[in-house]
Amino acid sequence: MRWSMKILAAAAAMCVGAGLAQAQYSDGAIKIGVMNDQSGLYSDLSGQGSVWAARKAITDFCKTTTCHDKIEVVFADHQNKPDIGSNVVRQWFDVDKVDVVVDVPTSSVALAVNNITKEKNKVFLVSGAASSDLTGKACTPNTVHWTYDTWALANGTGNAIVKTGGDSWFFLTADYAFGHALERDTAAVVEKSGGKVLGKVRHPFPGQDFSSFLLQAQQSKAKIIGLANAGSDTTNAIKQAAEFGIVQGGQNLAGLLVFITDVHALGLKTAQGLVLTEAWYWDTNDANRAFAKEFAAANRGNHPTMIQAGVYSAVTHYLRAVHDLKSDADGAAVVAKMKAMPTDDKLFGKGSIRADGRKVHPVYLFEVKSPAESKGPWDYYKVRATIPAEEAFRPLADGGCPLVK
Amino acid sequence: MFELLGVSPQALFGQLLLGLINGAFYALLSLGLAVIFGLMNVINFTHGAQYMMGAFASWMLLNYLGVPYWGALVLAPILVALTGVVIERLFISRLYHLDHLYGLLLTFGLALVTEGLFRREYGISGLPYANPLPGGINLGFMFLPWYRAWVVAISLVVCFGTWFMIEKTQLGSYLRAATERPDLVQAFGINVPRMITLTYGFGVGLAALAGVLAAPIYSVNPVMGANLIIVVFAVVVIGGMGSIMGSIVTGFGLGVIEGLTKVFYPEASNTVIFVIMAIVLMVRPQGLFGTPK
Repeated sequence: MRWSMKILAAAAAMCVGAGLAQAQYSDGAIKIGVMNDQSGLYSDLSGQGSVWAARKAITDFCKTTTCHDKIEVVFADHQNKPDIGSNVVRQWFDVDKVDVVVDVPTSSVALAVNNITKEKNKVFLVSGAASSDLTGKACTPNTVHWTYDTWALANGTGNAIVKTGGDSWFFLTADYAFGHALERDTAAVVEKSGGKVLGKVRHPFPGQDFSSFLLQAQQSKAKIIGLANAGSDTTNAIKQAAEFGIVQGGQNLAGLLVFITDVHALGLKTAQGLVLTEAWYWDTNDANRAFAKEFAAANRGNHPTMIQAGVYSAVTHYLRAVHDLKSDADGAAVVAKMKAMPTDDKLFGKGSIRADGRKVHPVYLFEVKSPAESKGPWDYYKVRATIPAEEAFRPLADGGCPLVK
Repeated sequence: MFELLGVSPQALFGQLLLGLINGAFYALLSLGLAVIFGLMNVINFTHGAQYMMGAFASWMLLNYLGVPYWGALVLAPILVALTGVVIERLFISRLYHLDHLYGLLLTFGLALVTEGLFRREYGISGLPYANPLPGGINLGFMFLPWYRAWVVAISLVVCFGTWFMIEKTQLGSYLRAATERPDLVQAFGINVPRMITLTYGFGVGLAALAGVLAAPIYSVNPVMGANLIIVVFAVVVIGGMGSIMGSIVTGFGLGVIEGLTKVFYPEASNTVIFVIMAIVLMVRPQGLFGTPK
């Protein structure tokens, strides 16, 4: 009799133990969902490269730490449409038990995912999207904005240009959340440094022919034409500006968001001299170069963008937090843990996450090399300035994030 | 100086001219579609992909074989037209006895496959292609790049050449007759299937030519055609399905209207054509130049 009681008690204890083990990792697995543009104009700067970076982060993490035996990566194409992105993410959270959504370029989609993640208490690690609203009025306890944002771009490129005499601006803006945010943040920087905004034109996204908008910019007589767009919109605009003799006419272009893949697409002959702001470049240290080499081998020779590097860095930090907590069930708790731990990984080095969800690290002002300066393919940037972490992003108090008291 | 809603006349002239230049692309592309639809009754959704192939063909000719732009202008359309001929013989020719919808589905599928293959090989960001005619002329109200002037010129020549060939020559009369009564034309000893194959090849060649013209000014990327093809279909519908002159005039006309929209209300510039299409379909369902069937 005594025996059977003991067995019963042991069995009960085991059941409780099993129950606890289940509560640790929801559904028994850590499931990472990489959602981005897999087929359209942002697919080279995020796309499969970001999926590769997420997988690489898991492999590297499990090399140095005893990691959970079931960590999975799934991915989806949001086609830059908020409705498609929302559907995918709801399906991921409700049916597929995805714990964290990563990347999500295209701010309009990211803002939609931001709301759903909060509603379902999961985690959202933004690398691709730029709108600074994600850590401003739209901030949530479930979102971390990792790589860069429109404020940092405006602060880097905008400031540098106004300081070198570019004090009157005309904006060519992509007509959606990202373009509006970038235009707003840059205009603020320009006006704060004593410059003037003479006008703006909002073009449909994605666009193809920019000649008409460039002509309007030309007639504004502004010294600087600020391109508040991205991807092939930016490369097309730069290409056509060269054709229409904008630069010979005495005006200069400011690419407010230019990725290394855009420079590659333009060719150095067209892109040389462009000043741009990025948070990461492959050729700044040995760890980055080694990462880029492996990345290129797996991605048709392309080199990683800051967005893809940011995915690696964000997933690494997420895994550390989740393994520390031994649970991925409560999204807000995971993000709180991520904010409490200092960040440290091989690509972005040491950094931290603020109360509003903003990850801070240094940001660089680069200049595109001339064909003569470049030693080979993908050798495109030289550093003009390093903006320290504490100055690179919008001051905590200015964003209007309700989480900051 | 008069001003119209705050826009100076210089700006207006400039925008009109730019609209005409964009219209040149619409006209060339919709012409190819109109030829294919008018003479074969096939709705060729592969057209955008074939335009993209034209641009890629000129990039490949330059980078793999060293053929410059002017050579590509002739070679690329021929090469892409040959792929069109193969597609017509292998696939499309088997669908003539079925409803239009089957041809539409087939060509749409082919377009997706082609774009996917190019995307896999070359990525999405685009490839650089140098402008063969740099520089331009200052017209007073705007700076006109030589290259854009060249695009308008060649487009006008090709469009009216095609119209002349189809409407005014003996070959054209055979083609038109073969559309109406293929059996009767065949009875006169004319090889109708071959004529139809060549017609498709010609239409595809026009798309590829537009692609070669686009390479130096737009980004050469796998989805460049997908963005344009919907607009071009709207142009064809407005002009009247299958009407050669209709597609040319509407192509240029809508380019101008779109250009003006970019000045007065830029946010609507990519929807204005569809608004016009809706109005035309309500008032004149057969299109501006079409004949009711």
